[in-house]
Amino acid sequence: MSDSLIDAPAGSGAEQSAVAASLTPIGAGAAGLASPHVVRRGGEFVHYAVRNPKLLFGLALEALFVLGAIIGPIISPHNATDLFRSYLHPSAQHWLGTNNIGNDLFAQLVYGLRDSYLVGALGALCASAIGMALGFIAGYRGGWLDEVLQMVTNIMVMIPSLVLLIVIGAYLTTRGVLFEGVFIGLTTWPWVARAVRAQTFTLRSRDFVDLARLSGKRPAAIVVRDIAPNMASYLFLVVVLLFGSSMLLAASYDFLGLGPTNGISLGTMMNQAMLWSALQLHTWWWFVAPGVVLTGMVVALLIANVGLDEVFNPKLRSQ
Amino acid sequence: MRRYFSRKLLTYVLTFFVGATVDWGIPHLMPGNPVQLYLSNFDLQPAGYASLYKTMSQAYGTNLPLWDQYLHFWDGLLHANLGVSIYDFPSEVTTLIWHALPYTLALLVPAITLSYMLGNRLGALAARRKLLDNTVLPVGYLFQATPYPWLALALPFLLGYVWHVFPISGAYSNTLLPALSLTFFWSLLDHWFLPFLTVFLVSLGGWAIGMRNLVIYELENDSSRYLRALGGTERLVRKYAYRNASLPQLSGLALALGVVIGGNIVAEIAFQYPGLGFLIYNAIEREDYFLLQGIFIFIIVGVLVANFVIDIIYLIVDPRTRLSMQGATA
Amino acid sequence: MTVRVENLKIAYRTLAGDVCPVDDVSFSVGDDEIMGLAGESGCGKSTLGTSLIRLETRMAVLGGKVELDGVELPIDDDRAMRRYRMKEISLVPQYAMSALNPTRKIRRLAADLLRCHGVGYGEIADELRRRLDLVGLDAGVLDRYPFELSGGMRQRVTLVLSTLLNPSLLIADEVTSALDVSTQRAVGELMMEFRDRRFVKSMIAITHDLSILAQIADSILVMYAGRLAEKAGSDTIVNSPLHPYTQLLLASLPAVGVRHDDTTLVGIPGRPPPLSNPPAGCRFADRCPFAYARCKEQPPFTEVRPGHQVACWKVAEEVQAA
Repeated sequence: MSDSLIDAPAGSGAEQSAVAASLTPIGAGAAGLASPHVVRRGGEFVHYAVRNPKLLFGLALEALFVLGAIIGPIISPHNATDLFRSYLHPSAQHWLGTNNIGNDLFAQLVYGLRDSYLVGALGALCASAIGMALGFIAGYRGGWLDEVLQMVTNIMVMIPSLVLLIVIGAYLTTRGVLFEGVFIGLTTWPWVARAVRAQTFTLRSRDFVDLARLSGKRPAAIVVRDIAPNMASYLFLVVVLLFGSSMLLAASYDFLGLGPTNGISLGTMMNQAMLWSALQLHTWWWFVAPGVVLTGMVVALLIANVGLDEVFNPKLRSQ
Repeated sequence: MRRYFSRKLLTYVLTFFVGATVDWGIPHLMPGNPVQLYLSNFDLQPAGYASLYKTMSQAYGTNLPLWDQYLHFWDGLLHANLGVSIYDFPSEVTTLIWHALPYTLALLVPAITLSYMLGNRLGALAARRKLLDNTVLPVGYLFQATPYPWLALALPFLLGYVWHVFPISGAYSNTLLPALSLTFFWSLLDHWFLPFLTVFLVSLGGWAIGMRNLVIYELENDSSRYLRALGGTERLVRKYAYRNASLPQLSGLALALGVVIGGNIVAEIAFQYPGLGFLIYNAIEREDYFLLQGIFIFIIVGVLVANFVIDIIYLIVDPRTRLSMQGATA
Repeated sequence: MTVRVENLKIAYRTLAGDVCPVDDVSFSVGDDEIMGLAGESGCGKSTLGTSLIRLETRMAVLGGKVELDGVELPIDDDRAMRRYRMKEISLVPQYAMSALNPTRKIRRLAADLLRCHGVGYGEIADELRRRLDLVGLDAGVLDRYPFELSGGMRQRVTLVLSTLLNPSLLIADEVTSALDVSTQRAVGELMMEFRDRRFVKSMIAITHDLSILAQIADSILVMYAGRLAEKAGSDTIVNSPLHPYTQLLLASLPAVGVRHDDTTLVGIPGRPPPLSNPPAGCRFADRCPFAYARCKEQPPFTEVRPGHQVACWKVAEEVQAA
C-alpha cells in the first residue's frame, strides 16, 4: 500500500508510541515513528546524525533528486513542450527519447520532478498544519472536543480518497497543482491529527505541563512552549513521512488522469505511457524513468526517516 | 463492550450519511448538472437540446428542487436502488456493480489477507534475525515506496510483453466463453495473477516493516524482560511479543483499506481487469455519472462492512477491549 | 553459604568506553538471610542484583565469579543461565507493575512459564492457590488479565510467581519503592514470611530506603559509586555505622519527634562521581568530612570487626588503634 492514510489509534502511553510506530501514511504498518523523545541538546543530535549511515544515505539520495529538480531544467537541452520526432529512442540528442507527440522525455522528467515535489510539499504542509492544529487541540483539551475530532477522523478515514477524487474530478474539469496538493492535505490530515493527539495526550499528563498550568500559562502557550518542543522530533518524522506519502498519492491520482490538467508530473508521464502503448511498443524508458525516480525519491525519505528516528531515540541505535 | 459497539455503529452510520451526502452533493452543487454535462457532448440543435433536456431531466429527476432530489436519493438508497446507468441504459447500476464485484473481490481479498499474514510473519522474523533484517528491511522499504502505477506498468511489461509469461489484460482470454471448465478456470487464474501481484507486493512491504518495528519494541518491553529473567525460553518470549504486536497491526488493517482500494483501482485500470475500478474508469470515460456515484456509495458500504468485520475480530483478540472499563477508542 | 560473589566487575558498554556500575564487588549471603543492598540511585545496586540473574544487553562481565550453593553461575552465558532462573535464583523486578503480559490471563502466563521449566501447571496449581491466599489474593485472580488488577495486586502476583519454584535466592529489586508506607510495611512482612516459610532460602533486597531494610533485613550492604562501602548486621548499620557515607546517610534521614523548625535537614553535600570516569582512590573522598591523604588510594573492603566489613582507611585505623 504505497499511498495509504493510516493513523494511530489512541491507547495508553507507550502503546500509543508503538502503535504510532507501526502506522504511517505510507502503508499501514510502515516504518518509522517510535516513542516520544525527551528534548535533548542539539549537539548530541548532530553528533549521532552525522554518524548514522541510513540518514546520510537517505539524505544524499534525496539531495540527488532535489538537485535534479533544480538544475535539471537548466541542463536539459530541450524544453518539455518542444516538439520533435515522436517515439524516438534514447540517444545523445534526446537522453530519454521522445513521447507520442514528440516531447523530449528527459525534459518532461525533470519538469515532472518539480511538480511532484511541489504537490508533495503542498500536501504535506496542508495536512501537517490542519492535523497538528486539530491534534494539539483535541489532545490537550480532551472532552467533547476530542470526541468530535475522533468521530470526524474516523469518518474521514473510511472514505477512500481516490474514489472521492474520482467523483470530484468528474465534475471539476480544470484542476491545478494547488488543488491536488490541497486535496491531498485535506484527506491526509486525519492521520496527523490522530498521531499528534496521541502524543499530546501522553505529554499532557506529565509533571512539567502541570507546572506550566499552575503557573498560569495560557493553554496555547503551554502547547507551543512546553508540549510541542518535546514532540519536535516526532513531528519532524511525521512531516517527512507525510511528504513521501503525498508524492505517492499524487502519482496514483495523476496516473488515473485525476491530477492537474496542465503540466507534467511523474505520474502523468506514466499515465501517458500507458495510454500511448508504451508497453506494446516496448518503449520502456518512457515509464521506467519516472517510476524508478519516484520510487527512489520516496525510498530516500523512508530510509532517512528511519535513520532520523535512530538519532532521536537511543534505544533504536544498534551498537 | 456495548459502549464500544454503539460508538462504532454511530461512526458507521455517520460515515455512510456523510459519504452519501458528499456523493450526492458534488454533482448537484457543482455548476451545471449531470444531464447538462451529458448533453454538452452532443452537437445538438437548440430545439432538440431543449426537448432532450426536458425529457432526461424528468427521467432523472433533475428538474426537481434540490431538496426533493436529495430526499429521492435517500429513498432510492434505502431501497438499494442506485439508479440507472446513462451509458448502459437501461441496465441498472446495481446490476453492473454486481457483475464487476466478484473480480474486485478476487483481487482485494487475497491481496489483503496474504500480504497481511505473510508480511507479519516476515516482519516478526526480521525482528529477531539480523541477517533477515538486513534483507527484509530494504526490500520492504522499496516496495513500500513503490507507486502503484509503477508496478502496474513494470510487471505486465516484464512478465507479459517481454517474457510472455502472463497475459496483460482482461479477466480471461477473449477466445473463451465463461464455462465451468478447467481451461476457463486456468485462464481466469492466468489473468488474475499480475493485477493481484501488483496490489499484493506494495502492501507486503508495509506490513513487514510495521510488524518488525512492533515486534522489536515488544521484545524489549517489561513483560518480555520479566519472562526472560524468569527463565522463559526465547520462543515463549517471541510468541508473546508477536501476539502483542498483532493488535496494533490489526487496527492498522482497518485504516489501510481506503488505500488498498485505491491501489486496486489503479491495478484494475492498468490491466483492464473488469472489476469495480475498471467500471469506474469506464464510467468516467463515458461520463456515466450515475454509475460513478453508485459505485462510490457501494465502495463506502463495502469499507464500512470490512471495518465492522475487523472490529469484531479485534474484539475477540484483544482482551482489553472486551473487558475494559473505559470504552475503547481504537 | 547460599550465595557468594567474588570480585565481580560488570561493565556497561558505551560509545565513550566502559562504565562499571559494579566494580570489584565481593560479598556473601547465607541461608535464611535477607541482605539489604542499599545506596543512592545510580550506585550500581540494581545492576548488581539483576546481573546475578540476567545480564541486560550491552552489559559484560569483566571479571569475578558468582557461586550459588557451591556451584558457579555462568552469569555471562544467557543460555546456560536459563536453567537456574526461577528455580535456583529468581527476581521480583523493579517494573513489577508492568511485568505481566497484558494480553494473557495470569493462569495462562504461569502455565507457559512453568512449562519452560518442565513443570506442569496441574502439579503446582494447589500450591499456587495457597500462596495467592497467603499474600491476600483471591484465586479468581488467575482468571483475570493484568490490567484488571490494581498495581499492588500485580506486584503481589509477581511476588508469588517469581517464588513459585522455591528458589534458593530471591532478588527483590525496589519492591516497595512505589508504595505508600503502610503497604510498604505489609509487603516487607510478606517478604519475611516467604523467607520464614522457606519459599526462598535467602534474599537480596535492593532499595534506596534504609528504613524498610531496618525492618526486614538481617544484614545491610551499602554501595557507593559502584563499590562497596560497608556491610554489617542491620542493627549495627542502623545504630552504629562506621563508614562515613553510611553515617551521613542515616543522619540525613528525618527522625521522628524532631521538629525541623529547630534543626535543618542536612543532606550530604556534593554528588557521586560519574561512573564513566571515576576518580582514583576512595570514591567518596571528595564528599567525606574525614578524608585525608591516604584516601587517594582505594581502601580495601575488609572486616574491621566480626561480621562488619568497611572500606575506609580512617575506620580501619581507628579500629586497629582501639
